[in-house]
Amino acid sequence: MKDKKSLGYEYLKGLWEINPIFKQVLGMCPTLAVTVSVMNGLAMALATTFVLVFSSLLISSIRKLIPNQVRIAAFIVVIATFVTIADLVMKAKFPALSKALGPFVPLIVVNCIILGRAEAFASKNTPFRSFLDALGNGTGFLIALVIMGGIREMIGSRTLLGYQVLPNGFEPWLIMILPAGAFLTLGLLMGLANFYVDKKKKLAQQELIQKYRKAENTIEVKGQEA
Amino acid sequence: MDLLLIFISAAIVNNFVLSLFLGICPFLGVSNKTSSAISMGMAVTFVMVLTAIVSWILYFIVLVPFKLEFLQIPSFILVIASLVQFVEMVIKKVSQPLYRALGIFLPLITTNCAILGLALLLSMREYSLIQSIVFGLGAGAGFTMALFIMAGIREELELTDVPKPFRGVPITLITAGLLALAFMGFAGMI
Repeated sequence: MKDKKSLGYEYLKGLWEINPIFKQVLGMCPTLAVTVSVMNGLAMALATTFVLVFSSLLISSIRKLIPNQVRIAAFIVVIATFVTIADLVMKAKFPALSKALGPFVPLIVVNCIILGRAEAFASKNTPFRSFLDALGNGTGFLIALVIMGGIREMIGSRTLLGYQVLPNGFEPWLIMILPAGAFLTLGLLMGLANFYVDKKKKLAQQELIQKYRKAENTIEVKGQEA
Repeated sequence: MDLLLIFISAAIVNNFVLSLFLGICPFLGVSNKTSSAISMGMAVTFVMVLTAIVSWILYFIVLVPFKLEFLQIPSFILVIASLVQFVEMVIKKVSQPLYRALGIFLPLITTNCAILGLALLLSMREYSLIQSIVFGLGAGAGFTMALFIMAGIREELELTDVPKPFRGVPITLITAGLLALAFMGFAGMI
């Protein structure tokens, strides 16, 4: 590796800088489908993170053994194995949750985040770095899903994690727990995220300009003095 | 009657994209132009029908009798991946124009969750072979329709003045939300 980045960065970048949902726009299907409540979102994100972390770890440890031509197929087999583990464990330990998530637990196989991280990161980096990267991306995914689930559950059914948080006088918006609400919420959230990024960029630019101007002024002043 | 119900349910009432959230990636990625939306929709429908047949045979004739249901996920994904590869090769040999129309979209389909979702749903609902084929056709038709409508809207959207932070994916998601709202009107049909 030419440019060694700090280990902390490998983890932290997944939270916001390359957040799988808001920045890479990967893995949209589960994000939209299961975030009816915080609990569902949390369960889905934890299952995905489990698969992501272990498949990244395994793929990066055997990355030198996999021939380049069949790497995608090999990745998919590795991922499918961990997804099967997650699916069976969920079915055995949390049958209600597994039913609520429906086909979306097995569908983690085709979640682009996992294959994306395997292809873009784990196949080129050491196991420890891949582990941190996968954990970071998983956390980023978890944050996005919990925010989505929180907003939809709060407005759609007045509760948060099953506890009522809004007063009875508040009429729940049924649309928020219907498919249309998922699209609208995510669209607005992404718009907000973009707005924030744009604003930050503009501020940084202005600061830079001001700094430059100040420097210019001092040079001018110095020139006059001379 | 039963078959018609399955078709309408898969195509309209429980539309794969707008109410089951399957196949969102191509829905967001390939819905820029109506022409490519139709090509993608056709490719997906074609692969869906084939997948329905193959995964039905795999699940009910091989996996269930041998009590190997736990191998469902890896076997389905491998079968779909090789099926798509095979279809690509056949189309390339048989018809060049069709290959040019569908070609670039075929590899993308492998990781399309709508295809795997279809295979999982039909094994979960225990459809018969004929029902599975109709289900695949309906799902494909619904996917094509959603993609086509979205592409039509997005072509118009190009000309409008959208607030800057909402350009691109966010406005597409909001449009899809309104579209899903419209599709909810069909909910009482079945």
